[in-house]
Amino acid sequence: MTPATHRGTHAVPVWARRRLRRALGTVAVYLILGIGSTLFLLPLYWQLSTSLKTATDAQRFPPVWFPWPLQWGNYPELLGRFPFLLYVRNSVTISSLVIIGTLLSSSLAAYGFARLRMPGRDVIFVVLLSTLMLPSAVLIIPQFILFQNLRWVNTYRPLIVPAFFGSPFNIFLLRQFFLTIPPDLEDAARIDGAGYLRTYAQIVLPMAKAALLAVAIYSFLGSWNDFFGPLIYLSDKDKYTVAVALRYLQGSVRTRPENHLLMAAATLSILPCVAIFLFAQRHFIQGTVVTGVKG
Amino acid sequence: MHATRPPTGGIVRSAKPLRLTLQRREAIACALFIGPAVLGFLVFSLFPLVTSAAVSLTNYRLAGWPDFVGLDNYRSLLQDPLFWQSVRVTAIYALAVVPLWLVNSLALAIVMNRNLPGMHVFRTVYYLPAMLSGVAVSMLWIWLLNYRYGMINTFLRLLSIQGPNWLGDKRWALGSIILMSQWSVGWYLPIWLGALQGIPTELYEAAAIDGGGWWAKLRSITLPMLSPVIFYNLVMNIIWATQLFTEVFMLTQGGPQFATLSYILYLYNNAFAYQKMGLASAMSWLLFLAVLVMTLAVFRSSPMWVYYEAERRRS
Repeated sequence: MTPATHRGTHAVPVWARRRLRRALGTVAVYLILGIGSTLFLLPLYWQLSTSLKTATDAQRFPPVWFPWPLQWGNYPELLGRFPFLLYVRNSVTISSLVIIGTLLSSSLAAYGFARLRMPGRDVIFVVLLSTLMLPSAVLIIPQFILFQNLRWVNTYRPLIVPAFFGSPFNIFLLRQFFLTIPPDLEDAARIDGAGYLRTYAQIVLPMAKAALLAVAIYSFLGSWNDFFGPLIYLSDKDKYTVAVALRYLQGSVRTRPENHLLMAAATLSILPCVAIFLFAQRHFIQGTVVTGVKG
Repeated sequence: MHATRPPTGGIVRSAKPLRLTLQRREAIACALFIGPAVLGFLVFSLFPLVTSAAVSLTNYRLAGWPDFVGLDNYRSLLQDPLFWQSVRVTAIYALAVVPLWLVNSLALAIVMNRNLPGMHVFRTVYYLPAMLSGVAVSMLWIWLLNYRYGMINTFLRLLSIQGPNWLGDKRWALGSIILMSQWSVGWYLPIWLGALQGIPTELYEAAAIDGGGWWAKLRSITLPMLSPVIFYNLVMNIIWATQLFTEVFMLTQGGPQFATLSYILYLYNNAFAYQKMGLASAMSWLLFLAVLVMTLAVFRSSPMWVYYEAERRRS
């Protein structure tokens, strides 16, 4: 009570003080976020600008903040010296198969868990979900031994085949989404004589496009950015993915002053992620919200 | 066979239709739909996990038939100073990084949770680094942390401070990794923002009428209402922090003088540099147990600080 009466007797009217405070608050918010995002973007600017410098300009103090002329030739030079496009092709092959496998298997399982009744179904679901808590590193060694005995090492199979057997995270995400779809349409289709598979493929999937896109993006990022898998499973250089090739570049040119080429390689490698992120960020920010809140 | 036939003779239950009941058909369809995922769980998670327990009791080296060695792998790990160093490094990293991640990302989300123009641009900027590959990010940070020409020491020099040899000095190496990990702090932003938007505005209006300032609102409304999400993020962050590998593998290879030898890096070295699969399996199992214990501890502590609105209403 006291502050209110105090405010009332003050010379400046209450509404003006309140408006001023809100304006100051807004300025502070923009200031904090602006400084923060400058700090967050600077590393990326440093990467891009280094990739467009000459070798000597890259190693200079004080640094060259705005390289001129831009050395676009660094990129052809990189592609000429290393078969980078081959690595891109390998990564694209793996990633696209992983996306297909994940979409198929996870949406099938999610539909089963969301709609079809079976005794023990929910127990199975909880068990599957509990593997989310299992650190992936725990499984690395035993999985490697398994794949080694299957003679799958130095092939893409260990990186692709598991995707065709569902991933708990995506099953969970899709199941939550399927549960939000009203079942009336499916019931109508069933009454008209459509089987379970047809109902799923022709009624449910078209309605779940947004969620499926989110899953596709997640599995692309997961597969494209995966390092540990390709590192332990691929030994032939011409089978390398982009991530492992980057590490190989980092190791092979370390002793020479070629940071501008390394940064060009790093820039090329993150380009698809940045492009997809900017293209579809709304969808997968949505996706994370679904899982984050319900988890 | 004949003896078990019912006394009525010929028409044994043939009245029952061959067609399956609807219920049973649905159950079969369900099994087929979830079948691949269950099979994947059995083959790629459960089976490896169980067999690795067996492997951890052998001296398996990827070639030849393994010998049973009992608990020798576990015993030699507990006596191995490098094993304890890797535990120490991972523990320090987790203790630094988990609170930093939680506090920074939540603070960022609270500042950002406003209906002001341009907020989605900020969201994009902070979220972007979390989307990028660990290897590319590591390459960039090797360059940023470069002693002579790196961006960070350049800035420090503008303030007339001679920056440390980040990755080459054992006192700074782990700190560099921790600093770098904060760049991906945006990973949890969408989760926080989603949760913040789920808090009913009436609560804040009521607090404003009662004369509560921002601190009171944060302490008595925002944090309790967010506590289930804080709980989820805490568990996930702890698990994530124990997985530290790519950054130390790329930036320091565990050096200098093992100052950044993370648990997973040591596991990797044992498995793939020395082919000690038995020992590495033992390390996997110890990590599994440690994560299990930590997760259970967080779960057990949760009634003390996690507030579930729905439960409260029921009681």
